[in-house]
Amino acid sequence: MTATPVSPTESELGRSRKRKEDARLVAGRTRWTDNMTVPGMLHMAVLRSPVAHARITSVDTSEARRMPGVQAVVTGSDIAQRQGSLPCAWPITEDMKAPPAPAMAVDTVNFAGEAVAVVAARSAAEARDALDAIDIDYEDLDVVLDIESAARDDSPLVHEDLGTNRNATWTFDSAEAGTGSDVDAALREADIRLDRTFRQQRLIPAFMEPRSVLADPTGEQYTMYSATQVPHILRTMLAMTLGTPEQKIRVIAPDVGGGFGGKLQVTPEEILAFLLAEQLGRPVKWTESRSETMVAGHHGRDQVQRLSLAARSDGTVTGLDVKLLADMGAYLRLVTPGIPILGALMFNSIYKFPAYRFSCTNVFTNKTPTDAYRGAGRPEATFAIERMMDELAAELDMDPMEVRRRNWIGHDEFPYTTVAGLTYDSGNYEVATDRAMEMFGYQQLRDEQLRRRQSDDTVQLGIGISTFTEMCGLAPSRVLGSLSYGAGGWENSQVRVLPTGKVEVVTGTSPHGQSHVTSWSQIVADRLGVPFDDVEVLHGDTQSSPRGLDTYGSRSLTVGGIAAVHAADKVIDKARRIAAHMLECSEDDLDFAGGRFAVRGTDKGMAITDVALAAFTAHDLPEGVEPNLDAEANFDPENFSFPHGTHLCAAEVDTETGAVRIRSYVCVDDVGSVVNPMIVEGQVHGGLAQGIAQALYEEAVYDDDGTLTTATFADYLVPSAVDLPEFHTDRTETDATSNPLGVKGVGEAGTIASTPAVVNAVVDALRHYGVNDVRMPCSPQRVWRALAGARAGSSTGSESGGGLGSIDSGGGFATGASGGAR
Amino acid sequence: MPRITVEVDGTTYTDEVQARTLLVQYLRDQLGKVGTVVGCDTSNCGACTVHMDGHSVKSCSVLAVQADGHEVTTVESLSRDGQPHPMQRAFHDNHALQCGFCTPGMIMQALDLLAENPDPDDEQIREGLEGNLCRCTGYQNIVRAVRDASQRMRAGAGPAMEHSGEAPAPRTSTEQTTQQRVAGGQS
Repeated sequence: MTATPVSPTESELGRSRKRKEDARLVAGRTRWTDNMTVPGMLHMAVLRSPVAHARITSVDTSEARRMPGVQAVVTGSDIAQRQGSLPCAWPITEDMKAPPAPAMAVDTVNFAGEAVAVVAARSAAEARDALDAIDIDYEDLDVVLDIESAARDDSPLVHEDLGTNRNATWTFDSAEAGTGSDVDAALREADIRLDRTFRQQRLIPAFMEPRSVLADPTGEQYTMYSATQVPHILRTMLAMTLGTPEQKIRVIAPDVGGGFGGKLQVTPEEILAFLLAEQLGRPVKWTESRSETMVAGHHGRDQVQRLSLAARSDGTVTGLDVKLLADMGAYLRLVTPGIPILGALMFNSIYKFPAYRFSCTNVFTNKTPTDAYRGAGRPEATFAIERMMDELAAELDMDPMEVRRRNWIGHDEFPYTTVAGLTYDSGNYEVATDRAMEMFGYQQLRDEQLRRRQSDDTVQLGIGISTFTEMCGLAPSRVLGSLSYGAGGWENSQVRVLPTGKVEVVTGTSPHGQSHVTSWSQIVADRLGVPFDDVEVLHGDTQSSPRGLDTYGSRSLTVGGIAAVHAADKVIDKARRIAAHMLECSEDDLDFAGGRFAVRGTDKGMAITDVALAAFTAHDLPEGVEPNLDAEANFDPENFSFPHGTHLCAAEVDTETGAVRIRSYVCVDDVGSVVNPMIVEGQVHGGLAQGIAQALYEEAVYDDDGTLTTATFADYLVPSAVDLPEFHTDRTETDATSNPLGVKGVGEAGTIASTPAVVNAVVDALRHYGVNDVRMPCSPQRVWRALAGARAGSSTGSESGGGLGSIDSGGGFATGASGGAR
Repeated sequence: MPRITVEVDGTTYTDEVQARTLLVQYLRDQLGKVGTVVGCDTSNCGACTVHMDGHSVKSCSVLAVQADGHEVTTVESLSRDGQPHPMQRAFHDNHALQCGFCTPGMIMQALDLLAENPDPDDEQIREGLEGNLCRCTGYQNIVRAVRDASQRMRAGAGPAMEHSGEAPAPRTSTEQTTQQRVAGGQS
């Protein structure tokens, strides 16, 4: 494969079409779930446990039931049998330990924020008022919070019945798998061995639209509106969890205000609203407050990562050993245990490591459950290996990009089967990197860095690199099956050319900000040769788009978009038969271009829109052809797609205050062929913002009692416009070979790549003081403490740098503390 | 319950409200003005931003009774004769929204920003939007859109003028020559 520069094109594909979605959204003409009001609707409010781990000893709802407007008060014991257990669709090992996961706690609460009672009332305010009148007594149990001590045998238990806090251990060993050699041997024989521990802090997805659900039982079907990423999965899971017949459930995801993995869930509140509506025979709506989102919506990340890397003195890496502890929180939600496993095959990243071993132990704690958050497993892997590559460079006193070049897969080596057993179909790391370094002014910044070091400037400059790849486009069903995932990874689409020549495209993906309506319109308009504006995209309703697996994992375009391509091609095939019949020629004599069938060698022909009318009237169709121009197609890719890119960050670090300012951020991403460059750039920007936020700002913090202390936007620092820099982005295009458009997926790339670039820059700015790690988020206090710790321990080697800024207080082996300017 | 009279998007409403009812709850639940949304409960996110008497307020931090006798403008009344306001058009043209949940508040705050400073630089735009959170865009295209809108909108035009009681200043956009006006409470 070769990387080609991006060039403008007249085609519908590759064109920055302005979004169809915008007209309503900029005018406030929206259909957020909370906007919905239906006749007879009641409002639900949820009482949540104020304590992290306790037995419920008594519940008194009598006063609440008498409050004005209150229709019902329901507790966990009222629905203990009916509510079932919330689904976990990813049992990662056969012996995985999984506790029952009631939508509402029955006799024990396991995290602060868990639902313990619900009220249905005439108004939302009356429902909330009644919560205050519910009296619940708790008997405290030992609270388990720290992931490392929770994993030990002597720890108090979150779930007594499981006999352990360890959910499962998932391993991969290249020597056993036959994909590489033995890691222990590599570590024994290494010229250089680096041992590091990194902490992936706990994050909160913080989508802007709070979750909301409306369950309406007044029709023949139960209709559920929900602010969800996954209406199809939700429908199936409601049926499986509650035993309600699947055909009696319709799920609609109307306008959904962001998700980032946080709405990839079957939530307790969806179950509770459904059951209340079922019980009362009236529509029930629940909309959460932001504080509820923060404590009760699932969280992301939260891992302790221990890595050992073996290398030769020339910088060639010879082995990597990864040991993770991953915090599940109190329960397993939809794909909780599998999230760290999505990173298992990515720690080797773009590099040709000969030996690799991965082990992850999932651990329960009395905290909010974790699950998908933008990147889901891959940001964690990318962070760890990109930090290690910088540490290796520092240890060897080499330029960190040179260390990467020495190890990465060359553009002429694709397809390349990695030590983790994945086959990367295409890529060109050299071109993306060269372009990024040129845009960045790499050498000038290094020169400035040296000047600032020599003059002992109070503001030091650091340069951080992240050369990343990821696996996305979930996914090949057979691979998901081999990972014990509970569903496939196919996607479905229908294309219908209506009698008037207009087109409906049905997709099983479910957008919530990703611009699918615009992009799918471009794809199908291009394929059928019809105007962009003549295409309508239908989605997010299990009645109008009955088959699909929804939107997450950067899968929508690479799987769902390709299904639309195949459906459009089927429409063309069908139209060709009809056109040949009407034009009295052979199908082989028809050329199709620009929306028109032409009889080769003549001026005869007809537009596909005319074929659609002929199909509708059905006056003269060929034998066996049905009277419509509809087609349906599924797509199940043979492989993941592997976007890659080079991200460079220059950060100024004030050594007196610890403040970090991003001076320049450059990234060159290769997401394959691009349908709409404007939309792709927007996805990159948003991804960068979230990755940078992990590096510098965001962390879910619990106090010693297990109370989330960052439960508002005043405490959890979602960055504002003043907190983020201007991004300088560019692209290379190396087509994916696993789909006919050559697309790879872009939803998560920016988030996956940016975090290590920023932290590497911060550490690089302070490296010569002896700092070799700063724990995320790199707040002014953490940076200042890392620096103070390093100065206090001045060049005593080992962990002197990481000390106060790092959680790794254990003795390391070689370190980067030898430092000094490169 | 207190009785209030409020002019919202050009229509006068008289209602009884609970003393604790927030302006945003009044707009959404009693008036059906669901174009204005609620994103948090601590006045940090700005999704609920509207104009009261020509100045931006977070409608989650104003009681409905405080709006008594005042004029409120929401995002729903910005377009005129089927044409979007230059700010709305600028958000569309610059891909300044993805999920769109923050957009109504962002647009209303951006208008306030331009009323105070018709020709802001990027840093001033970022500072002016600091109280409005967006999780999708990374803000870069929002900054572009506001800069773009500042060029499309004649200097001096802005929400404060929209409520001055005099004929609104004509606006021109780069893409159309028809006069546009934004007459929040007084169409």
